[in-house]
Amino acid sequence: MRLLTHNMLSCNIKGVTNGFPLRLEVEKFVEKEVEFNSDFLKNMFVKIEWKALVNAARSMGYEELPEEADSSMLDSDEFLKKFHHALLELHLEEGALICPETGRRFPVNKGIPNMLLHEDEV
Amino acid sequence: MSSRPELQAPPEIFYNDAEARKYTSSSRITEIQAKLSERALELLALPNDDMPRLLLDIGCGSGLSGETLSENGHHWIGLDISQSMLNVALEREVEGDLLLSDMGQGLGFRDGVIDGAISISAVQQWLCNADKSCHNPRLRLKAFFGSLYRCLARGARAVLQVYPENIAQRELILGFAMRAGFAGGVVVDFPHSSKSRKEYLVLTCGPPSISTAVPNGKGEDEESCSDDESSGDEENQTVSISDRHRPRKKQKIGKKGRGREWVLKKKEQMRRKGNVVPPDTKYTARKRKDRF
Ligand SMILES: C[S@@+](CC[C@H](N)C(=O)[O-])C[C@H]1O[C@@H](n2cnc3c(N)ncnc32)[C@H](O)[C@@H]1O
Repeated sequence: MRLLTHNMLSCNIKGVTNGFPLRLEVEKFVEKEVEFNSDFLKNMFVKIEWKALVNAARSMGYEELPEEADSSMLDSDEFLKKFHHALLELHLEEGALICPETGRRFPVNKGIPNMLLHEDEV
Repeated sequence: MSSRPELQAPPEIFYNDAEARKYTSSSRITEIQAKLSERALELLALPNDDMPRLLLDIGCGSGLSGETLSENGHHWIGLDISQSMLNVALEREVEGDLLLSDMGQGLGFRDGVIDGAISISAVQQWLCNADKSCHNPRLRLKAFFGSLYRCLARGARAVLQVYPENIAQRELILGFAMRAGFAGGVVVDFPHSSKSRKEYLVLTCGPPSISTAVPNGKGEDEESCSDDESSGDEENQTVSISDRHRPRKKQKIGKKGRGREWVLKKKEQMRRKGNVVPPDTKYTARKRKDRF
C-alpha cells in the first residue's frame, strides 16, 4: 500500500468521528520506482493531508519532506521529487493501521490492509 | 443449479483459491472484463487532459478491471472481499493498491478525495444478498452508496456495471443511489441482444446538471432481433432518471390485482431477456387463499 492510499483512508467504524489519519505500524516497507508525473502531483497536492504524509513517510525512515507545504512549493522540482517519492514509491508491506480514535488495529499483510469490520463495528 | 454465482455462496467463499485462479485464467473472461472496464472508463467521462486520476475499483477481484485503469495511465485503489482474488491480483503484480474490504460495510475514505469509481460485475450480484443473519441488504446498500457519495469529489462519477437479476433489483439499487444524493441513471448497451446486452449505472456526485445527463447506450438503434417494439418495453431503452422530482407513476392496479394476463406478459418478457422463469401452468397468477 502506497502512502497515497494511506492518505485517503479513514477508519469507518460506527460512531468514530475522526478516523484520520490511521497510525502506521511498520514492520516492513518496500520501495518501488514509479514514473514521475509532475501534473499528477500538482493535481493531487490540494487533496493531500500534508501532516499525515510527513508522519507516514517518517515512520518509514524518510525524513526529507518539509514540515509544512504550500502550493507555491510545487514550482520546485526538488520538492516535487520528494513528494513523489513519499506519495507513490514507499509501500507499507507488513504491519498495521491503527484507528486514532478507538485504537482498533487493521493488520496489513503482503501490502494489503484488512479493513473488514466486525459485526458490532458496522 | 443457477448459473448466478451470487445465488450459490457468499463472495468470500465462492471466490476461493481455485475459483479465483479459474476466473483469471479464462481468456474469455479476461476479454469480457477488459471490454466492460474500457466502457466503464469511457462512461466516467474524465476530462480529456491526459491527467492521471485517482480512481476506485470496487470489487476489483484479481485486477482485471483495474488493469484497464492502469493502461490508461490512472492510479487506482481496488477493494475486494475475497482474499483469494486479491492474492491472484498480487501474483499478477497489478499497479493499484489493494484493500480487503466489504463494500456493504461502507468505504473508509476521506471526503471528496476520489476522482471517480468503477465497479465491474460486482455490485448487484453480492450486495443485494443476505448471506449472514446480520446482513440486511438495505442497510448494506445504504452504507455503500452513502460512503461512495462522500468520498467522491463533487462532479465525479461512479460507473457500476451490473447484471441485475430483475427489474425490482435494479430499481432497488438505483433507489439507494439516488437517496445518497447521486444523479444519473442506467445506460444499456445493445439492449436488443440477450447476449451482448450490458447495463451500467452511471452516477454523478452532486446536483443534477448538464454533466449528469445520462449518455446513450451503444447499439440502441439497431434492428431488434425478436422483440416487438410496440410493447413499449421501457427496459429496452436507455432509462434516464436524472429527474428525481418527477411525480411517481400512478400504478394501474385494479381491485383484483394485476391479473393473469399481466403476469403472463411479464414472464414472457423476462424469458426473452434470458432469465429463468418458471413455466406457465394453471396455477400461474391464481389468487392465494387468505389463510395464515
Ligand atoms: C465477477 S468478479 C469481478 C472482478 C473484477 N471487477 C473484474 O472485472 O474481473 C466480482 C468480485 O466482486 C467481489 N465482491 C463481491 N461482493 C463484494 C463486497 N461486498 N465487497 C467487496 N467486493 C465484493 C468478489 O469477491 C469478486 O472478486
